[in-house]
Amino acid sequence: MRFSRLLIATTVALSLASPLSAKTLRWASVGDALTLDPHAQNEGPTAAMNQHIYDPLIQRDPSLKKIPNLALSWKPISPNVWEFKLRPNVKFSDGTPFTADDVVFSITRVLSPTSDFKTYLASVKEAKAIDPLTVHMITDGPNPILPDQLTNIFIMSKAWAEKHNVTKPQSYKDKEETFAVRNAMGTGPFMVKQRDPDIKTVLVKNPTYWGKDEFKDYPDELVYTPIKEPATRVAALISGQLDFVLDVQLQDVARVKQTPGLKTLESAQIRAIFFGLDVGSPELKYSDVKGKNPFADKRVREAMYKAIDINAIKTKVMRNFASPAGIITSQGVNGWTKELGARPPYDIAGAKKLMAEAGYPNGFKVTLDCPNDRYNNDEAICQAVVGMLSQIGIQIDLQARSKTLHFPKLQKKDSSFFLLGWGVPTLDSHYVFSFMYQTNDGKKNGSWNFTGYSDPKLDGMIEKMAQETDIEKRDGLIADAWKVARETNAYLPLHDQVIVWSMSDKVDMPIFATDSPYFRYAKMK
Amino acid sequence: MLSFLVSRLLQAAAVMTAVSFLCFVLFNFVGDPINNMVGQEATQSERAELRHQLGLDDPVPIQFVRFLGNAAIGNFGKSYRMARPVEQLIVERLPATLELVFCGALLALLLGIPLGVLTALRRDTWDTRAVMTFSLAGVAMPTFVSGILLIYVFSVECTGWVAWLGLPTGLCLPSFGRGDTVKIGWWSSGLFTGTGLKALILPSATLALFQMTLVLRLVRSEMLEVLRTDYIKFARARGLTNRAVHFHHALKNTLLPVITVIGLQIGGLIAFSIITETVFQWPGMGQLFIQSVQFADIPVMAAYLVMISFFFVTINLIVDLTYAVIDPRLRVDRARAVGNAH
Repeated sequence: MRFSRLLIATTVALSLASPLSAKTLRWASVGDALTLDPHAQNEGPTAAMNQHIYDPLIQRDPSLKKIPNLALSWKPISPNVWEFKLRPNVKFSDGTPFTADDVVFSITRVLSPTSDFKTYLASVKEAKAIDPLTVHMITDGPNPILPDQLTNIFIMSKAWAEKHNVTKPQSYKDKEETFAVRNAMGTGPFMVKQRDPDIKTVLVKNPTYWGKDEFKDYPDELVYTPIKEPATRVAALISGQLDFVLDVQLQDVARVKQTPGLKTLESAQIRAIFFGLDVGSPELKYSDVKGKNPFADKRVREAMYKAIDINAIKTKVMRNFASPAGIITSQGVNGWTKELGARPPYDIAGAKKLMAEAGYPNGFKVTLDCPNDRYNNDEAICQAVVGMLSQIGIQIDLQARSKTLHFPKLQKKDSSFFLLGWGVPTLDSHYVFSFMYQTNDGKKNGSWNFTGYSDPKLDGMIEKMAQETDIEKRDGLIADAWKVARETNAYLPLHDQVIVWSMSDKVDMPIFATDSPYFRYAKMK
Repeated sequence: MLSFLVSRLLQAAAVMTAVSFLCFVLFNFVGDPINNMVGQEATQSERAELRHQLGLDDPVPIQFVRFLGNAAIGNFGKSYRMARPVEQLIVERLPATLELVFCGALLALLLGIPLGVLTALRRDTWDTRAVMTFSLAGVAMPTFVSGILLIYVFSVECTGWVAWLGLPTGLCLPSFGRGDTVKIGWWSSGLFTGTGLKALILPSATLALFQMTLVLRLVRSEMLEVLRTDYIKFARARGLTNRAVHFHHALKNTLLPVITVIGLQIGGLIAFSIITETVFQWPGMGQLFIQSVQFADIPVMAAYLVMISFFFVTINLIVDLTYAVIDPRLRVDRARAVGNAH
């Protein structure tokens, strides 16, 4: 009996393992989505999986412009109210119609305590369904960037969530996993066929997808396998076992380009890499200078900035996969300009002079904290800078750690000098200012400002920026704020990372600077 | 016998408690999971709230006692990374690791023993020298290097040389994953599908390489030793055939220590499989553990380490008991001494 069951199982498995059809796209990257619950984990790989199943109201196109998705149009109808007109005739993949109720439900779910996206919608007091295709969102003050924030918020089916008891995002306190962790019900181009976390995820075309006339030729099936080891990932691509790899290591890109049948796409990523300096403490915690803080002196910061040979880092450390930056945000973010992006020239003599003027002709000792598993070649960047700064007498004790140790250390404000990177999901400078420059009040504002930098004037500009609905005036505020911020050198900008997507010649798709692939845009030959 | 068993069981329990306490102390150095669990936008108060919810702000001894209490009733908590119960995760991953270890051990024995015998019998021939040189490489080469090397030859560059030899490219092997699996109850097996078996070849060869050379060298040296003994000379003097002398008398007496060592190495194989699993993206427990370390997923790490120490303790116990059962000359105290020597 047991044997016959085994035999049947084997036959079934063998028959299922029929040759893959031409329209299957097999892809890989380093880590799997943590959950399919669209509001539980605000994390890159999780969004990269969920965006194929769930739709937001407003989406980014390949040039990162906002385009309609589930909302056809949006406008503020009074200072505190945004109106959204929804797309008609949209169905979830179980065939139930999509209405304003689902939007209200999803927004409410995002605002609940266990959601990891609630800070995006911190300004939203409530969402109201006016009619089946109209939603009003009431904010606690004017919020000009609500549409940008909504590009990160996915819409779920209310009926499905209620049926499966997942009206709140998963919580770590629960003993069991919720139904939404491995199951999903969205309006997106794909739906879940198989989900084995960390092992394999198969998505198939959603037959009820509203965009099937617009996106005609996208693959019938997406097979995702997380592959942790970079060498294995690239080997699988070269040997033809994968069609697309999101994150080939920079040193392997040349090998991929040489291989017939493979190609790469490159784009500057929306993520700037930079150093942060403790400018606020009266005395540096990790330095041999006692009684005063050398980083509090503007001249020292400028000297360090000038002593960093960014071209050497770009060509030697980054193998040209970086674009030097002059501010701590990237091209593509509202507020970035060419002038802001320019750096002062590399100038050791000038730097030495500044150090002498500041009273440190012989330099000083300081500890640099650096992650070694977070950004492209992060530890190598730090090693290069150790050599560069020693030329102006600054002796660095480099402490490279895993991100699980590096970030908690920063959050405890236990670092004098650190490497950090910052991506901008809203693509607006306010996101950079409010997290990186605003005075860290220990609550909401400046929560990633570990420099101790605090300027009431700049704080005021940031507050205004958040409320100003007149686009022109607001852009003016952003430009002024960047001028102030850039002058301070509380951060020493390095570069924007360049992302490289590697794929088979059979795949035709645009690259997204967000480093998140939208396979609805993919075509397979 | 009964008192021996009870004392061994008590020792085992003490070892496991000690191991789990050491793990808990170590976890303080692995890092803080909170940053991995929330998005970059989360405020400091939200982070503090989550830390408090998970009890991560309690002193280590309190966290440890809470862990022991829950573990005693089989509750290892919920993975911070995957939001699923830890027991469930481990049960899902166990079959992949055990099948890999089984195939690796089988391969090591099936190749290691005959090669060991052969090299002992044919001393100072060129083929023995070749095998011994190769075995040196097998002992010396780290697992991740041999794994990547195998991937390079049999997966990446394979289509080239296979076509050159005029063979079908279907002979090339997958470089990652487990292929298709079949569910037998809760056990997911890759032993019954074509892709599953194909996917097993490279990882089990990688895992077997070190063990095989170990077995080979052990069998060879034991065999050489035995061949010098008086009873072998006596057997030859009796006019027995080479075959009977070598395989009936010599090999049989060689295998006893080999079996002992292999038993103890099984635990080592499970530990070694962490690297093999990482190289081949083999969805087993080792990989689960590595990913948990990077995320500081404390519940999974704790459960995994407790389970591995359980395996080791159990295997040791079985070996000790077998000694006592097989060899009546060994008294209880003697058996204990042998057990402690490991």
